Amino acid sequence: MAIKIKIPGMIKGLGITFGTMVRTLTKGSHTVQYPHVKEAPTPRARGVIALHEENCTSCMLCARECPDWCIYIEGHKYKAPPRRPGGKPRKKNALDRFDIDYSLCMYCGICVDVCPFEALFWTPEYEYSELKISNLLHDKNQLGKWMETVPEFEDYEKGSEAKKAQVPE
Amino acid sequence: MTLILAEMAYWQETSIRLLVGLAAVLLPAGTLVYLFLFKMMSFMQSRLGPMEAGPYGSMQLLAEVGKFLQKEDLVPRAADRIVFKLAPFVVLISTFLLVLVIPAGPDLWFIDVDTGIFLALAVSSISVIGILMAGWASASKYSLMGALRATGQLIAYELPLVLAVVGVVIQAGTLNVQNIVMAQATGEIFGYGGIGNPFIFTQFVGFAIFLIAVQAELTQPPFDMPVAESELVTGYLTEYSGLRFLMFFIGEFATAGIFSALAATLFLGGWYVPGLDPTDGLFNVIGPAVLFAKMLLVAFLIFWFRFTYPRFREDQLQKLAWKVLIPLSLINIVITGVLKVVF
Repeated sequence: MAIKIKIPGMIKGLGITFGTMVRTLTKGSHTVQYPHVKEAPTPRARGVIALHEENCTSCMLCARECPDWCIYIEGHKYKAPPRRPGGKPRKKNALDRFDIDYSLCMYCGICVDVCPFEALFWTPEYEYSELKISNLLHDKNQLGKWMETVPEFEDYEKGSEAKKAQVPE
Repeated sequence: MTLILAEMAYWQETSIRLLVGLAAVLLPAGTLVYLFLFKMMSFMQSRLGPMEAGPYGSMQLLAEVGKFLQKEDLVPRAADRIVFKLAPFVVLISTFLLVLVIPAGPDLWFIDVDTGIFLALAVSSISVIGILMAGWASASKYSLMGALRATGQLIAYELPLVLAVVGVVIQAGTLNVQNIVMAQATGEIFGYGGIGNPFIFTQFVGFAIFLIAVQAELTQPPFDMPVAESELVTGYLTEYSGLRFLMFFIGEFATAGIFSALAATLFLGGWYVPGLDPTDGLFNVIGPAVLFAKMLLVAFLIFWFRFTYPRFREDQLQKLAWKVLIPLSLINIVITGVLKVVF
């Protein structure tokens, strides 16, 4: 029968700190040296919001739902040529301005959720700090550039679809 | 050192002593800050610590000093200006006086007084006055609370510190630090004199009490009630900035180094390495390095405890001093005295 010796917590604590020191020296630390080494954020990390301009109808839903009103949208209507010859010209919305002020944004993602036309996307990019706070206002060109960094849509985890069907209609 | 100094003019001798003294205070302090505060603490928290300034962040300390020197020397409007400005010097003076008594070789010492260890323990408590001055003159509640806590703690732990040393003094039969080292170097353990007789073997209880009391004297965790960040901002340091804060900071770590050196001298045999003749002139060369290595060993223990344990509550802290450490050190003295008479 093994005799269980009770080690006082004070001494155990010393062992833990010493063990951590040895582990850090032999196997490396838990931290990374940031500007030299970069950790890849998870694909769904909320880094920055990208705008797919063609999908936007300037419906203003995102700007209205934004809790701190950091989205500025301006647009105008124009007549597009009719689809078939002899038809009526179509009314369409053109987007003049779509700015997100990242100095105000709190990364809640409500704008992405409410967008009915799949125009806004999260991307995991995070390195866009600025020396001047006004430069954090990203216009639609800048937001469009972030589209390149949007990761491929990952399937929802297994079983999530089945759960959806169980909701009574 | 004394041999060389004998042929020098007074001003030459004094300036050399001043430079060596400065080096003896600042070098251990810098080493401790870099090696333990920057690096060891980081490793114990699974991070790397400063890495950018110089190789492995070794120049970080210079950057920190440069930063502190740039800062404005603030004095609160209601503060007692003279006392406020004087306080860091008083703390630093106690540190500089402490280094005087520690010998680094058979002929390497600043002063050789018969009551060296008594002098060391006496001047070490001057820092209490400096801390109280800082706290009182700051005209801030946090500072005053911190200073009062610090004073209560320092007085409480002064006693075990002194009593722990008494055991060593009884065994060595002298108060002279150099002779205590010699007693350890020429001592024998049950007739075997191969490694001398470092007093840590016979005075282990004294060594433990001394380390705990030093930890408390330095007001560092787990005895950092006087500077408890979460309660008192930084206690008596709250109103200090720039150079004066830096002086308190240097004082703290230089004192840590010097107390470690003192512990190494009293319990680990000082500058002596077993196997050599303690009167050998060689020790004048390697003595400082040996003492430095032993100091780092003791400092490692001190800082290891510092980075491991959480803070004591005020009543626990006082209880530990008055109800545990002081009776224990008194028992240690009695036993040491009895054994001294018996053998």
